[in-house]
Parts: sequence; C-alpha cells; structure tokens
Amino acid sequence: MKNEPVTAKEEDRSSRVMNFGEVVLGFSETEALAEASRCIQCKDPKCVNGCPVGIDIKEFISRLSKKDYDGAYLTIRHKNNFPSICGRVCPAEYQCRKLCVFTKKGEPFASEKAINIHFLERFIGDHGAAKGIELKAAEASDLAGHKVAVVGSGPAGLCAAGELARRGVKVVVFEGLHTTGGVLRYGIPPFRLPRNILDGEIDSLKKLGVEIRTNFIVGRARTIDELFAEGYSAIFLGLGAGIPSFMNIPGENLCNVYSANEFLTRVNLMSAHKFPEYHTPVNIGKHIIVIGGGNTAMDAARVAIRLQNMNGIKPDTTISYRRTEVEMPARRLEIEHAKEEGVKFELLTKPEEFIGGERGFVMRMRASRCELGEPDASGRRKPVVIPSSAFEADCDLAIIAIGLGANTILTGVTPGIKIDKYGDVIVDPETMETSIKGVYAGGDIVGGEGTVIEAMGMAKKASLAILDRLRHLSTGF
Amino acid sequence: MRIVSKEFLVDGHGMRIAKLAVKSPEIASKAKAGQFVVLMVEEKGERIPLTIVEADASNGLITIIVQAAGFTSSLLAGMNEGDTLYSIVGPLGHPTDVKKYGKVALIGGGVGIAEIYPVAKAMKDRGNYVAIIIGARSKDLLILEKELTGIADEMVVMTDDGSYGRKGFVTDALKQLLGREKYDLAYAVGPIPMMRAVSDLSKSFAVVTLVSLNAIMVDGTGMCGCCRVKVGNDMKFSCVDGPEFEAWQVDWQELSIRNGIYAEQEKHICRLNKA
Repeated sequence: MKNEPVTAKEEDRSSRVMNFGEVVLGFSETEALAEASRCIQCKDPKCVNGCPVGIDIKEFISRLSKKDYDGAYLTIRHKNNFPSICGRVCPAEYQCRKLCVFTKKGEPFASEKAINIHFLERFIGDHGAAKGIELKAAEASDLAGHKVAVVGSGPAGLCAAGELARRGVKVVVFEGLHTTGGVLRYGIPPFRLPRNILDGEIDSLKKLGVEIRTNFIVGRARTIDELFAEGYSAIFLGLGAGIPSFMNIPGENLCNVYSANEFLTRVNLMSAHKFPEYHTPVNIGKHIIVIGGGNTAMDAARVAIRLQNMNGIKPDTTISYRRTEVEMPARRLEIEHAKEEGVKFELLTKPEEFIGGERGFVMRMRASRCELGEPDASGRRKPVVIPSSAFEADCDLAIIAIGLGANTILTGVTPGIKIDKYGDVIVDPETMETSIKGVYAGGDIVGGEGTVIEAMGMAKKASLAILDRLRHLSTGF
Repeated sequence: MRIVSKEFLVDGHGMRIAKLAVKSPEIASKAKAGQFVVLMVEEKGERIPLTIVEADASNGLITIIVQAAGFTSSLLAGMNEGDTLYSIVGPLGHPTDVKKYGKVALIGGGVGIAEIYPVAKAMKDRGNYVAIIIGARSKDLLILEKELTGIADEMVVMTDDGSYGRKGFVTDALKQLLGREKYDLAYAVGPIPMMRAVSDLSKSFAVVTLVSLNAIMVDGTGMCGCCRVKVGNDMKFSCVDGPEFEAWQVDWQELSIRNGIYAEQEKHICRLNKA
C-alpha cells in the first residue's frame, strides 16, 4: 500500500551490541524514493515550521522524488550545513514530523505514518557527501576583510562557522578539547553518529576556509577583549552546556558513580573501550543503573550494555527514571533501540542513596517508587514519591544522566557578559547578541539543554546578525 | 607543544622525576601560580593534569615536572628533547590568591615540592615572609632545593631516613615552626597522607591552610565531574572550582579512595608495556 511508511533497515540487534558500528543503516535509493512518494506535497507545508533551521522540506523531497539528488542536497544545504548529522540525530518526531499532515493534532510526538523526513535528509546528505558536492564561499564578498571568532566546535559553533564562511568571512574556531565536534564527538556515540560522517562534515567546513584551533580555551588563553584587540570583528559563543548535575544524595561520590558526561567522554572521545591500546580506562559494572530519561541516558545505557556484551559480562543495564516512558524526553527511536538491545527500564523510580562496599565502590542503590501527580512547570506530570516504597537494587556502576548546568569558564572571567540565575548567557532573542556588543551566543549556553538542531537554529540566527554587523562595520551604515 | 629541554631531577632508587620545558606560547603568556595544564603524550593517550611550575612569556616556554608513577606519567617522563606532545591545554584552574598575608609557610612533599615552587615565588614577590619546608624519602629523591633556597626567608629540609637535612617528616618541622610563632597562611602539596597530616596540624594551630589537590581528571574544564571532591558540605570540581581548597574542609578519605578507582587498569597497562 502506497501510504505504508518505509522504515530504515537496522543492524541486527544481537550483533550490534558487540560493537560501536552504526545501528540505523539508512535508506537505499529505492527506499528513499518510495518514502518520498508518500509525501503529498501539501500546499501549506507545516513540517517546515517544525524545523529549527527552516529547511524547505517540501522542496527537497520533491527534488528527491524526481531523482534530482544534487538539487535536493543544495536545497537542504541552503539552510543546513550538516544534513548527514541532522538526518541521524534530529528528534524529528518532536519537530518536522510532528507537524506532518499525517500526525494527528495534539499527539505528544509524530505518528508512525508521518513522512520519515530525517531518513530522507540523511539519504540526501550522504549522497552529497559521497559525491563531494561543496558549497563555495562567496567570492569578492564585501565581508572578506572581516574575521570572526567562534568559540566551541560543537553544533552551534560549527553551524555559525559554516554560515559565515559561506559568505566569505574569515572564521577561526577555538576548541578547548584536543579534537573538534564538541558534544557530537564526546557525547553522541559512534553507533548513532559514525565518526567518518562527523569528520566529513567538519572537513567540508575546512574546505570553506574555516580555520580550527584545538586546545584553545577562550577565557584562559585569550579573553574576549583580547580577541577583539587581535582584529576579530565579532565573536560567537557556542560554549555548550558544561557542568554535569548530580542528585545530591548520599553515596554519590562513591567510586563507579559516573556522570553520563564522564562515562561517555571516556568512551566516545578517549576510546576507553579499546583500553589498553588506548590509555584511558573506564570501569564496567555487572549491574549498571543509568539515571535519567533523555537522549544522554539512552546513549549512556547503550554504551554500557555494549561494554558488558563486548567484555563477556552478562548484560544487565537498567534505565531508572522518575516518570513514565511517555514523559521521557529522549527520541522515541533511542528508547526503542535501547529496549531492543536489552536495556531494562525501571520507571517511576527515584534514587535515594548509593550504598558502597568496603573499598569505596558502589554496590547497591536504594530508591523509592513514585506515582505521577499534577503537571509541573514543564507541563509534565510531576513524580511523587510513594511513602514506604523504598527498595534496594544491585548496582556496581551508576551513571547519572539528569542534565547539565552552565559552564562558567568564560563567563566567570568576562564580567561584561550578563548571565541568568542558571549561569546561561542572556541574549537578545532577535539577534542572539549578548550584553557585550559584537558578542553573540547560541546553543546550550543559551537557555539550557536543547537539541543539536536547536543549537544550529540559534547559531544561524546569530550568524545573520553577525553578517549585519559586519556590513555595518564595512559601510558605516 | 615541542619539548625543548628535558632533564631528570631524580633518576635512581626506583624513582624518576623529569623536568620538561614545553613550547606553548599561549599558555606561557597567561599562566599564573597555582594553575595547571591538561596534556596528552600521544594520540591514544590519556588526558592528565599537571601543575605549571614555571612560565616564561618571553620565550613561550612552560616547565612541568612529572614523577614516573603510573603509565602515562612514565611515558611523559620518558619523552626527550625534540619530541612533541600530542596536546596541551591551559592554563586551567583558579590561580592562587597571591596577596600580602604576612608570614606564609609552604610545605612540599615528594614531587609536590614542584607545585609549591611557583606559589612560593609569587608569595615572596608579593612581599610575604616565606618559610619553606620540603621533604622526601631520602636525599637523592629531593628536588628543587636550590631554587627554593633562593626564595625562602627560612628553609627546612626533611628526609624520612635522615640522609640529608633533618630526619623526620615535614609535619615535624611544621610543628616547630608554628609552635614558635604565628603564621598567617600555610600552603601544602604532596601525597594525600602528608597533606592530611599538615591539615590536622595546622588546624590545631588555627593557621588557614590551602592545598592543591591531585584528583583524576579527563577534560579539566568542568565537563565530566570525574575530579569531584567533597569540601565541607559541598561537592566541588577540582578542575574548575580548584585545584586549591581549604585543607580542613577536604574529605581526604574520599579523595584517596577516588584516586584509586583505576588502580587495577593502571597495574594492567604497566605490566603489559614492561619491556
């Protein structure tokens, strides 16, 4: 039947837990064409409104249907520099697909019938990358004399760099770690975003003339003022979220209680799963509990269960979440994948304490059962602890994935920059300009944790404002 | 990131302590006493934190001192002039609050002596009276004695075996010093048991004491939380909240346990790579 959605093939669930290879295999040409043919090309396509960077979804799907893949690629790239990344990590079911005509109004996320826009984007993105279709930087740009500093090479920073470089602006990206990508590399595991895809998208930026300086922390090696003094006309801050949150419960500093950031960084960035070939270690538990219900929790659990499988440990990884599955902020696909891979879900559970053994390592977790009460500020029903419901579970490794707070390395030494009570940078929502003229910000450092594409949406808005500023500086009006 | 000079300060008795000067103009131009770098020896290496012992903006060099204790520190100590580090980033952490305190006692043990050196210098330059107590197991393992003597208004060297200076621990000398007259600040770096003993002692004399902690780190910029330590009732990250904390507040036992979290892997990788 024509309207049956085409789903992307996936790596076999028993073999994929033995490695870090990509799970979703994406569409073949035939599959992409079949899925694209389901799009009814709405006169007033709502899906576009769901895209934080405003990709002309209708147009690219139309071109795809006509096998004009290059054209489809350029249509996407016109709005989004990283289709191969977004096609893999966008929570499309909360964004474009949720507004697809095939999703009923009022649903919490997209219907299965909604067009698989993200898979189509990925197909086109990978086509463009394989073919080496490059956008050219604008030549003879009136902005060519300007230099812009981008701080951070995560989604926001990379997006801003791409937007500016395409218009002929010289861009230097400063990255604190020894390699690029920010959360795309240290946070998102390779089985969701293969490293050759990430490297390819970053290489395409370098071909646009973007210079990337790793091992460079703005705020330490240079201040904002010093960057301006060195001739930068504008600065974009894509600092990311930083400091992992903890629950402030007893036993949280026991050995083998990790933040998700640490656990994922050790594996994704430092390749601790290949210890001792790589020198960074990570511990693997027999009974792993991951606390949280977001994408980071899913990523951590799926990494954890792979480590158990790859090391001959009987897999026992559990996600512990205070609410129910519907309220989980994670992508539905990640929840499904985690389940398929054997991750258990312990819902309506609130950790109370980690209990350690003699050597200072965590052994058990004490937790309470919850029920859902009235909706809280987030609109989700609030978990309420059921009295006397405490229980203990085996737990020799815990991973806390309950969110992140702002990193203040830069804002702490930049008194002119206004921050809110959470430490996030305050910006003009129209231009993303901070309280310092010529300094813009986007991504998780503005308004807390969001998605890759939301970060890119902010970076795009900031880039447009930066271009305005540069034109103004060039022409004087 | 190129190593422009390297020498062993200690090489014998089963111990190696190397001093390396690394070309790193960005860091050299900004580093202040008390700050550190995070570096990787090679592409597959670990990220480890090390105190910046000296920084010279004029030639773009920073000096680090490393004791070959585990796998990565041994790799680093084995590097030579002309070799290049895979990565180095800094300066990280809060600088020491250098101001006029009056009388400052600095206590260094083992390779921790390297870490009190920049602080001693800065405190002296700021016009403080600087008393320095350094200690090592024996004479051959003592570092930076000459450099520190050049700074100190008063200097005591202690060795566990009495092979040099006075026989005993740094706390023996500190007890005498604090018993003799009022000090305004103590600053201690060394093995955890030493810092803890200094802290207990200075507390009994009510002399505020700072320690620079050597927690395990990954990124060193606040992102991972690996280096969290309990200080008073708060959880702090050594990398972005420290590395210096008020000694009396530090949960030493927890720090000591957390620093042993990868002891088994460390043994394993060292054994595998033994020639």
